[in-house]
Amino acid sequence: MQNPYQPYPVRIDEVIDAVEDKSLKTFRFVFLNPEDEEKFSYRAGQFAELSVTGQGEIPIGIASSPTEKGFIMFTVFKVGKVTSYLHNMKAGDIMGVRGPMGNWYPWDSLEGKNIVIIGGGFAFTTLRSSIVYMLDSANRSKFKDIHVIYGARMPGLLLYRDELYEWEKRDDIHMHITVDGTDDPDWKYNVGFVPTITEQKAPSADADTCAIVCGPPIMIKFTLPVLENLGYSHDQIIMSLENRMKCGIGMCGRCNIGKEFVCKDGPVFTMDQLSQTPREY
Amino acid sequence: MKIVKIDKTDWSAGLQRSRESYRLVGPIKGENDDFAGIRELGEGEEPDLTATDTVLSPKSIVYPQSEIMFEYTTDKDSPDANLLIRPEKNYSPCAVVGIRPYDAAAFLLVRKNFDTPEYRDPYWCDAYEASTFIGLAVNRPDSTDFSTSTGSGPFSEKGLDALLVDTGDHYLAKLITEKGEAYVKAAGWKTEADPDTALKQIEEMKAVAEARISSAVAFENIRKKTILELYEADFWEDIAFSCINCGTCTYLCPTCWCFDIQDENRGTNGIRYKNWDSCMYPLFSLHGSGHNPRGTKVMRVRQRFMHKLKYFLDKYDDGIMCVGCGRCVRSCPVNIDIRRVCDIMNSYGTVENACTV
Ligand SMILES: Cc1cc2nc3c(=O)[nH]c(=O)nc-3n(C[C@H](O)[C@H](O)[C@H](O)COP(=O)(O)OP(=O)(O)OC[C@H]3O[C@@H](n4cnc5c(N)ncnc54)[C@H](O)[C@@H]3O)c2cc1C
Ligand code: SF4
Ligand code: SF4
Ligand code: FES
Repeated sequence: MQNPYQPYPVRIDEVIDAVEDKSLKTFRFVFLNPEDEEKFSYRAGQFAELSVTGQGEIPIGIASSPTEKGFIMFTVFKVGKVTSYLHNMKAGDIMGVRGPMGNWYPWDSLEGKNIVIIGGGFAFTTLRSSIVYMLDSANRSKFKDIHVIYGARMPGLLLYRDELYEWEKRDDIHMHITVDGTDDPDWKYNVGFVPTITEQKAPSADADTCAIVCGPPIMIKFTLPVLENLGYSHDQIIMSLENRMKCGIGMCGRCNIGKEFVCKDGPVFTMDQLSQTPREY
Repeated sequence: MKIVKIDKTDWSAGLQRSRESYRLVGPIKGENDDFAGIRELGEGEEPDLTATDTVLSPKSIVYPQSEIMFEYTTDKDSPDANLLIRPEKNYSPCAVVGIRPYDAAAFLLVRKNFDTPEYRDPYWCDAYEASTFIGLAVNRPDSTDFSTSTGSGPFSEKGLDALLVDTGDHYLAKLITEKGEAYVKAAGWKTEADPDTALKQIEEMKAVAEARISSAVAFENIRKKTILELYEADFWEDIAFSCINCGTCTYLCPTCWCFDIQDENRGTNGIRYKNWDSCMYPLFSLHGSGHNPRGTKVMRVRQRFMHKLKYFLDKYDDGIMCVGCGRCVRSCPVNIDIRRVCDIMNSYGTVENACTV
């Protein structure tokens, strides 16, 4: 068995400013050893530990989709020690990636269903991975209607803006992009908080509909009652959690909620599962 | 079951012979040490079998308080720039002589964490697998020992390769595994005892030792209750009231395994290393955003006891994450006693408990 703490060496291929205020950057990595790309076989919803030698490691959701080959992609918000250092790194620099880690959105049981994706702020990374995965021509027919409700404070803070606007043009996905407010007279999409737009645009639940919800705690808090009103039961609401992490493999002991480790048994849980664990996240 | 009789006059010579093929680890109190500990023994040092009840558990043999995982250089001109390289470490056979039975049992519990179907922590596992555990039965357990009720006990063989029983002028060595046999062979102790008489003697001594243990924990009702029932119970404030979050209980516990990972640099050279960590500290779970899901002392104390007495029990269905060594009971500066906490949790919501309220 390989050393689970040993990252795969990667080269930064490209660094992209992800939002206008530069608080988020998107990093594309290429594996130094091509065979590692195969070992790093992942599903949408998983995360990895980015290892910045000399600084430490950070758990970050995988923003690329398994259907995209030749690179992996992450979008990182500048918070503290490691993320700040990473923001100053350049294309060509060598670092490491350890993973993939954790579980993923339950793709097998989601097949044949309507999927409603609800995201807010920068918690849209693994949701992007999921959308790209579902829209891939090999996969689109496996899912029924796809709705996406995604909001940020203002247009410049939406992640993956170009892709969002492209998806708006497609007829096999219902996009509901929104911002809390904007003074841009040309803004063509919604204005309003994510819970409000969810109330207006999300389909009511039937047995064949599931919602995947990722966002800041305040958004989650107000979106859940809306979904309940729309008829979603707790096993139809899927969420992805964050907790402070180190090992990412269920060993260092810090990320648990009850007997579950967010890093290994999660980060993806249904509301139903979460209602049976302590709210330590 | 083979039992070998070791005359104490041949003890030192045997240890010396075993050193040709084993590194020796054992309890010892060095000249400059405040108290005895279990560590690798240097030339001329012997395990001190009167000092097996160490303040710190022997977990550091397999799981050092601080351990280098990788070395690296960040020098951009080096061909290895930013690559992580695991340093060489001595994993040659090592005999741990004089470990207490409950401390050996603790390794089996911790192994569940580090050696899993999905991942194997090579640092812990390599060191564990290199070790042969030669335990010393405890003839006179002290008042804080409650190991029998946790599935271990003063003569327990769990996790041991051989068990030594001190009968006065000789040791009886019960050989439990092939590793244990190999060690005794390497030490050149050959005199086989008559198994029937020796076993009878050991059983008698075991009964005497177990009878001396006066405290016990019960967790049958903890098993039956849900995690949330116990988590939301009203007694946690009371239990945590006097705790000062010093972390002592977690550092000296043989079954506590939580750790931190850090990078440390000197110029362009550096190491990534593991350090024992403690759920008693706020930093343990603090998010980068400032949010802390276990932000208060009460939440952290609850985490420690819930992990040991409920989460582990539910997760593996193999008892609690405590071997009853009593170290945390003896060393807690404010006398928080896991036996009492276990009792409160176990009797919570039962009829007896309701009457006393
Ligand atoms: C499953 C998962 C997915 C995530 N996905 C993303 C993402 O796609 N984009 C993004 O920008 N952020 C993501 N985060 C949050 C990100 O991990 C933290 O912002 C980051 O670890 C902060 O590191 P730092 O060194 O800059 O902060 P510091 O506060 O200096 O933290 C020091 C160390 O503490 C740990 N730590 C601190 N905060 C967190 C946290 N919230 N979660 C986990 N470990 C933490 C890390 O080991 C970190 O190196 C995710 C977290 C988790 C658990
Ligand atoms: S030793 Fe006692 S005071 Fe210190 S953290 Fe443990 S329970 Fe609290
Ligand atoms: S919790 Fe206390 S009594 Fe139990 S194994 Fe740890 S130190 Fe020993
Ligand atoms: S990050 Fe170490 S146990 Fe989850």
